[in-house]
Amino acid sequence: MSEPRPSFIARIFLSFVASFRTLFDSEFAAGIVALRSGARLPADTSDREVVERKTPEPPPPVVTQASPDSALQLLGMLQREGRFIDFLEEDVETFSDEEIGAAARVVHQGCRKTLREYFDITPIRAEEEGDSVTLKSGFDAAEVRITGDVSGEPPFKGTLQHRGWRASEVSLPKIAEDHDVSILVAAEVEL
Amino acid sequence: MSDRVIGIDLGTSHCALAHAELNTTPAPALMKIPQTVAVGEVGEHGLLPSFLYLPNANELTGGALSLPWNGTPIHAVGTLARELGAKTPSRLVSSAKSWLCHPGVDREEALLPLDAPDDVKKLSPVDASVAYLSHLREAFDHANDTPLREQDVVLTVPASFDPAARELTVSAAKRAGIENLTLLEEPQAALYAWIAATEGAYRDVLEVGDIILVIDVGGGTTDLSLIAVSENEETKEMTFERIAVGDHILLGGDNMDLALAHVVRQVIKKEQKKKLDAWQMRALALACRAAKETLLSTDAESVPIVVASRGSKLIGGSIRAELTRAQVTATLVDGFFPQAEASDAPVQRARSALTQFGLPYAQDPGVTRHIAAFLTKQRDAADDVEGYETNEEDTFLQPTALLLNGGVFNAPILVERLKKVIDSWIEDEGGEPTRLLDFADLDHAVARGAAFYGATRASGGLKITGGIAQSFYVGVETVALAVPGIEPELHALCLAPFGLEEGSVPTPTKAELGLVVGEPVRFRFFASSTRRDDEVGETLEEWEEDELIELGAIEATLPVGSFEEGNVVPVRLRARVTEVGTLLLEAIPRTGEDVWKVELNVREPTPNESPD
Repeated sequence: MSEPRPSFIARIFLSFVASFRTLFDSEFAAGIVALRSGARLPADTSDREVVERKTPEPPPPVVTQASPDSALQLLGMLQREGRFIDFLEEDVETFSDEEIGAAARVVHQGCRKTLREYFDITPIRAEEEGDSVTLKSGFDAAEVRITGDVSGEPPFKGTLQHRGWRASEVSLPKIAEDHDVSILVAAEVEL
Repeated sequence: MSDRVIGIDLGTSHCALAHAELNTTPAPALMKIPQTVAVGEVGEHGLLPSFLYLPNANELTGGALSLPWNGTPIHAVGTLARELGAKTPSRLVSSAKSWLCHPGVDREEALLPLDAPDDVKKLSPVDASVAYLSHLREAFDHANDTPLREQDVVLTVPASFDPAARELTVSAAKRAGIENLTLLEEPQAALYAWIAATEGAYRDVLEVGDIILVIDVGGGTTDLSLIAVSENEETKEMTFERIAVGDHILLGGDNMDLALAHVVRQVIKKEQKKKLDAWQMRALALACRAAKETLLSTDAESVPIVVASRGSKLIGGSIRAELTRAQVTATLVDGFFPQAEASDAPVQRARSALTQFGLPYAQDPGVTRHIAAFLTKQRDAADDVEGYETNEEDTFLQPTALLLNGGVFNAPILVERLKKVIDSWIEDEGGEPTRLLDFADLDHAVARGAAFYGATRASGGLKITGGIAQSFYVGVETVALAVPGIEPELHALCLAPFGLEEGSVPTPTKAELGLVVGEPVRFRFFASSTRRDDEVGETLEEWEEDELIELGAIEATLPVGSFEEGNVVPVRLRARVTEVGTLLLEAIPRTGEDVWKVELNVREPTPNESPD
């Protein structure tokens, strides 16, 4: 940031310009006062202002690609216990609601078992859905989404539409090093 | 130095491990056991299914069975083993524990899986137990700084395990690297777990003179014990004595789920003309278990059941059925817990001449009938218990408290029925109804109780006493003139008295038996759970038919070198209870200072049975 020091000739010119500007430019004069009392160079001040102006600007967006491994693993687990992929891949149009319902039982029972076993899932809000809820200022917008007539400042009063879910603990099985998670379920040949 | 005590429940269908810190009020905690839950995936569960799968060389890829402490195990243990075995049963080892106490087989012979293909290297029941215990040890060592080898371990066995099965369990533990070992009977462990859970309040719930009937229904076995509550005359502390244990009953919770599946299968076969294969049967049993739990905990009259197809067509190929309350009541409540009479005994069907080689499953599923027979047989067991009064007219022993353990008792209707049946017997004889000792966490109680016992024992605290729950005898053939066609008369010489405790000074028999040096000599071996007053050396010339039951033979060998080959050396036998909790039989020759161990685990060849 340090500029080259002005030469003698340049300093003569500067002393003229400065004396006039000190007379007519109050801000410039304030700078001279500060300079004489041993404060930092005015150049520093203007630099800090630039920095301060930059701070409120949002950082460049960071979006990362989650590793597909645990997603594939979860699909495999849901398929294994609850026939999840089989169910979604099957064409349901030709079947009656009763038949689909029966299959849904298998999916529900198995997927729920997986969910209960490897995730600790709890509601975010303890209130019953339909209860009125007050959100104080500083509420966590990630936890609670406000919708509808959104305006003004908290506290917000509203009705709980959905309690929300939080996975408070996840303990997926560990995967062996050379295990191919893209095989969701192996083909089966009975000998 | 050991800083805590480990309790291990080596169950027929599941294993569990709990640990309790020393020098604190022990609150046993469960260890999550890492195990392969799917090919290439390791999950953690509180229970390790007691299953072992022996894969074919081409069946699985490299890391399929990887564990955090072993990249290349040769077999699968636990959840994945059970899953793989469901589709390939011939490579699955299950119920190893039941084989461990099967006197009809050589329990160290590699015979499991029974119908394994040629490329399977078979395992003995002991080997399988070693595999489960090794898995637990490795899991523990992986998660802890102090290895299991340096910890005190309490390992549970059924109260009905015979001395040979106990000794085999110990040898399996040693082979698995568990050094500091004590055995504990499972019903006792259940009571310890209950005591631990009451946090001291057991003193208010129980009273001196109480007789607790512990009914432990595991996955594959039902175990019965009677425990008397007394008081130390000096300290006034409550004391516990196990006064009787039941016979080994191969009947458990798994039978109950399977029974429901068979009921539903019959309906499917009749109404839908569909047959289920073995895999579907297992899926049906699992679905029935879930449906049963719903029916027993809600007011629903029926719960739909779906058995999925094995192929990827889920919706079209599924078989639908339902399980009704009536079916559950008829099958479970009335089938396994029938309203029996106190005088009932389990129904024995005559075995067909061609007995299939396999486990001696209980022929009567009526748990209440087994209990009735046990209480009748043990009518006099509490005669010496202070504060408990036996009436002369009593036909059976009246317990005053009930402790029920095992996952089946998560169903309140079964608890109610069992209590109602037992209470009805007692009321018929003018007694008071039993008190139910409330209990939670029925699946892990045995492991927790074992850890609690280990921790309290280390601090000199509460201990259930009782010694051995049987008296033991060796069969001696009387010397008589040989008469063709008539067997020489058999007498029973008492070796170990009922209630013999660890640490008591062993008394040798006065009578001597002749052993041929260099040759293993076998003796018939008997046990009685009702003859409480026989002393060492007493010879029984006759006994009631069900008083003495024959166990596997025992065998003594005097080695050549210490004695001259071919000589007949007179020996006396003596029995003691080891620190571990096993029965040790020794032969003491009249001459010399040496003592020779008598082997308990000897297979008595029986006709009609062949492992091949």
